[in-house]
Amino acid sequence: MSIKIANISKFYKKVKALENISFEVKPGELFGLIGPDGAGKTTLFRILTTLLIPNEGIASVVGFDVVKDYKSIRNSVGYMPGRFSLYQDLTVEENLDFFATIFGTTVEENYDLIKDIYVQIEPFKNRRAGKLSGGMKQKLALCCALIHKPKVLFLDEPTTGVDPVSRKEFWEMLKRLQQKDITILVSTPYMDEAALCDRIALIQDGKILEIDTPKAIVKHYPKPIYNVSANNMYLLINCLNEFESNHSVYPFGEFVHYTDSRSDFNPTELETYLESKNLLNIKIEKTVATIEDTFMELAK
Amino acid sequence: MEKNKVIQVEGLTKNFGDFTAVNAITFDVKKGEIFGFLGANGAGKTTAMKMLIGISNPSSGKANVAGFDVQTEAEEIKKNIGYMSQKFALYDDLTVKENITFFGGIYGLSRKKIKEKSTLLIEELGLEKVANSLVGSLPLGWKQKISFSVSLIHDPKIVFLDEPTGGVDPITRRQFWELIYKAAHQGTTVFVTTHYMDEAEYCDRVSIMVNGKIEALDTPKKLKEQFNAEDMNDVFLKLARG
Repeated sequence: MSIKIANISKFYKKVKALENISFEVKPGELFGLIGPDGAGKTTLFRILTTLLIPNEGIASVVGFDVVKDYKSIRNSVGYMPGRFSLYQDLTVEENLDFFATIFGTTVEENYDLIKDIYVQIEPFKNRRAGKLSGGMKQKLALCCALIHKPKVLFLDEPTTGVDPVSRKEFWEMLKRLQQKDITILVSTPYMDEAALCDRIALIQDGKILEIDTPKAIVKHYPKPIYNVSANNMYLLINCLNEFESNHSVYPFGEFVHYTDSRSDFNPTELETYLESKNLLNIKIEKTVATIEDTFMELAK
Repeated sequence: MEKNKVIQVEGLTKNFGDFTAVNAITFDVKKGEIFGFLGANGAGKTTAMKMLIGISNPSSGKANVAGFDVQTEAEEIKKNIGYMSQKFALYDDLTVKENITFFGGIYGLSRKKIKEKSTLLIEELGLEKVANSLVGSLPLGWKQKISFSVSLIHDPKIVFLDEPTGGVDPITRRQFWELIYKAAHQGTTVFVTTHYMDEAEYCDRVSIMVNGKIEALDTPKKLKEQFNAEDMNDVFLKLARG
């Protein structure tokens, strides 16, 4: 196993940041930690990268214990923290040289690994890191985290605050890195990115809600789920919330995802009810659950 | 200004030296509409919004917001709009009540009115237990809901939301959108900038900026049809990647 986590807990005074977390990441796997701000994602990353000591439990990365063998871990992993952590006053090239030197290597030695990404920022290699756009900063940070050819790459919310085009490019880069035998643990608050991982852990309030492949997680959704739409979204949501046998009512873009608490639910009955509330253009259609639906059902 | 249009923009442009950040954009926003203002990083969203809220002067073109001209009546605009962003929202070192009082005061509400609004807001959001807690000690999702409600404290005609719900858990996020629907239902116009496309799906209409220009503007449904796309993310990728 590349990463082994067994019963890890971390407390800050009264706050339980992580509670009894256990999972494993296989070599070469792209594993996603999916959860909102405050779920404990960064705390877990900091424990695994030896920057924080857990209160309970044990964890190892590429066979090294996160507490006892912290120095070995630091040489074997790459870490891209959530906040941009490169030197703003150094140029692109200087940052990369700096990180290579720190790890006792050279940019040339592992250039092959970063080439794909680096060529995109190379035209700006004499620009200070602080003057780069968000997407370019992110690419530089990834290069710096890779320059010593780590076995495991930790990416803490790499796509937060990044536009859809750069996000898509970033995930394509991760897929290519995976081909080069790098194990990747990546966190994100965006549920739509979960589908791009081999396996995911859904995490909230320091607890893991579920771990599986994205496809399996969606399949586990326990109820039939319906797309409901009508002419007035606000009134529709209110009416569905007042409908006695509702189990969940969640707006999803132009639709509301509705589940009923009864097993013999008949959509016609709901339609009649909504009509009685003077809603127009009512549509009720069966749909498939998304990872976000599953997350909300588990977090309820 | 036409009666039901609360934002009217015509040929609005902003140059920084040789660089045209916003290039002659033209659009209208109707009363009570939820309008999504999208674009990639660097497309010109923030610059355009700064002009609309009266804190940056246009190089050329016209814009009328809440009945006032952005060039000549910027101060009036500021009084008649609400603003909320994830970066700047509430003061962490003040309590919930103190924040409400502070922002009420800034917008010139009377003490009596502030007290009324404060009670109402705390009750609506179910914050009775934390009304005297420091905002810094509350979960992000709560802060955002309070922040949104505070941005409406002076009953503005329009509220500008700058990437409001990043990072919030999906349930809280939906509660947040329910607040937005409610405000819109009561006639407040909601202008949202975001680059999260699932958020775009909640809007009545959406505009997409690419390199300073508005390249698409319609309902999410029609945009998906127009670009033969599965979702707004797909629409965005097709537009921005050309």
